[in-house]
Amino acid sequence: MFRETEILKTGSQILPIKQNLEGAGDFVINVGPQHPATHGVLHLVITLNGETIKKVEPHLGYIHRSIEKMCERLNFRQFIYVTSRMDYLSAHINNHACAMCVEKGMQLEVPDRAQVIRVIMDELTRIASHELWWGAMAMDIGAFTPFFHAFREREKINEIMEETCGARLTMNYYVPGGLMSDLHPNFQKKVKEFITLFKLKIDEYDELVTGNIIFINRMKGVGILSKEDAVSYGCSGPAARGSSVSNDIRKLYPYAVYDKVQFDEILETGCDSLARYMVRIREMKQSIHIIEQLIDNIPEGEFQAKTKAVLKLPKGEFYSRVETARGELGVYIVSEGATTPYRIKFRSPGFSNLSALDKMARGSKLGDLVAMMGTLDLVIPDIDR
Amino acid sequence: MWSLSNISSAIHNWLNQTFNPTWAMIIEMFIAGIAVIGLFALLGLVLVLMERRVAAWMQIRLGPNRVGPFGLLQSAADTVKLLVKEGMTPNGADKFLFNLAPFIAMMVAMLLMAPIAFAKDFQLWNLNIGVLYVTAVSSIMVVSILMAGWASNNKYSLMGAMRSGAQIVSYELSAGLSILTIVVFTGSLNIADIINAQSNGWWIFKGHIPVLISFVIFIVAVTAETNRAPFDLAEAESELTAGFHTEYSGMKFALFFLAEYINVFIVCAIGATLFLGGWMPFHIGHWKAFNQVMDYIPTSIWFFGKTFFLIFVIMWFRWTFPRLRIDQLLNLEWKYLLPISMFNLLLATAIAILGWHF
Repeated sequence: MFRETEILKTGSQILPIKQNLEGAGDFVINVGPQHPATHGVLHLVITLNGETIKKVEPHLGYIHRSIEKMCERLNFRQFIYVTSRMDYLSAHINNHACAMCVEKGMQLEVPDRAQVIRVIMDELTRIASHELWWGAMAMDIGAFTPFFHAFREREKINEIMEETCGARLTMNYYVPGGLMSDLHPNFQKKVKEFITLFKLKIDEYDELVTGNIIFINRMKGVGILSKEDAVSYGCSGPAARGSSVSNDIRKLYPYAVYDKVQFDEILETGCDSLARYMVRIREMKQSIHIIEQLIDNIPEGEFQAKTKAVLKLPKGEFYSRVETARGELGVYIVSEGATTPYRIKFRSPGFSNLSALDKMARGSKLGDLVAMMGTLDLVIPDIDR
Repeated sequence: MWSLSNISSAIHNWLNQTFNPTWAMIIEMFIAGIAVIGLFALLGLVLVLMERRVAAWMQIRLGPNRVGPFGLLQSAADTVKLLVKEGMTPNGADKFLFNLAPFIAMMVAMLLMAPIAFAKDFQLWNLNIGVLYVTAVSSIMVVSILMAGWASNNKYSLMGAMRSGAQIVSYELSAGLSILTIVVFTGSLNIADIINAQSNGWWIFKGHIPVLISFVIFIVAVTAETNRAPFDLAEAESELTAGFHTEYSGMKFALFFLAEYINVFIVCAIGATLFLGGWMPFHIGHWKAFNQVMDYIPTSIWFFGKTFFLIFVIMWFRWTFPRLRIDQLLNLEWKYLLPISMFNLLLATAIAILGWHF
């Protein structure tokens, strides 16, 4: 490939050669790094034939902050806080993965109370994340209003988080061995209020968007990602479950108290954008179901295990995985027995999901590309880290 | 009483007494021109504010409420901002076409004002082919969009312009055919005649099913023609950033923006004139007292009330529906709306010939 600017510079001299080059007559547009559809600084180089997409080439690195390297310079208590900034919409769940990895290495027993609260917080985060996705998804295909409706309910979750954790986006609530502080006295009451409200609102969402004929026509049969492709691209989370790949970490490798609660793994067989949309909508209902089971049964006791002030992981390699709102997040720590990790690696769901975009988008229209990106629920800092 | 025609004829008589007829006519043209421009500016401000308030209402927000009482001066403040902003022309753009395009958009919108009857006997130009004139002139709009998209030297603009070209040319057919339904019933292309034919009932009430169908098709088609959501593919901000006016800034952008809203007003005014009786008050059969009360309301209020109701409906669409895809958009027109409106026109003709309408 050569760049457009080079043609402009060299002018007419290059013309005879130009026609022989691969991709010469293509209509190439840059979607991003600043573009309303990419929800961040993602850069897609799209080759078009009229309105039809021939190729999508994601360019990454615009928001690379070398979080893995930063984590290696921080000790085992501190590095968890940096990970809130990776996938900022599921900050709690990222922290959970890191805290679990450290706990596994140190063989810390986490008190039951902390485990239950962690699951409740994770599920609230998942609902908040899916709500933001729902609003952004509708906005991607041109409906503005759902965005505001989604934020109205998300605000309630943020208030709950703010009361207990003191923060609304990057919570930093989980520490190795438990939680940073105990629950706010209002927590249970507020969560119950939210559940009652949200059960009404989720039907409203269906009325406003899911049942809309334009919406269904835009989503159905576009962005096909077959089961084989979903597996081979390493997709995870709702993006893969829309292609009926069973990969819910909460079911397959239960952590915290997920093995003690009742919930279904949502699988859709559509393989298209609508299937991925429906997975998330149904997942929100499952999350509500999980919270309902736990909110009245938070055991009494310590919220934090007794730990030393300075944590040291034994020499070895440790891995933990959780199900974030976007898919499987893996944390891999190599320890040399010091107070900081020797090497740390995150397996982020967004990166693998993005790689399937080219496969999905080829041959469909430009307008559908935006809808597909919406159903992948990309959070760019999660991809670049 | 309340009639604007008294005022206009008084001015006309006074001018003719004071000056010779040629000068009187020139002065009248100036007055009309200034009135149109004034109406333009006013409508632009009102409609932009209305859109923002309607959007806010649908989206559980407050909308502009800081500048002036109830935010009434918000759009005036925005206009001042746009006026003093630098109007940039991108490198490599076709400067002449780039700068011409917004003016063509404005001129088309201004020309469309001519045959609209704003109140009883208050019409700039009572043209005998009024409806034909409106459909003909409104199709020039696509030229300005194509011009803007091509001259901008931007790929997004070009794509937006191409989409818009396909869209407007297609949807003009349905809009034209649904207008023809009313022409068939009335037997005249003159807008004043069409309104007078509705003195005993609006066409939407006395035209049976064909008029209802053509009304629905008309609303859908004009929403597409004015590039409003759910048919706003030409500017589709989540796909093409801003479509054909991506590269425009300052007052040149404002002209496009204004032209869009004026076009919405005009198509709604045409819709109100053809289907909802224009300035005709709402009458019910033999209820004399009720009819008299209705007559007491000024005709201009009837006209603007109906027009703004239709504008509200179109805004309602915009803030409720997702956007269609380009192939779905063209499918909707060529596979559904056009055959339906053709068949509908035949049905309307049969009903008109047999005299089955009220």
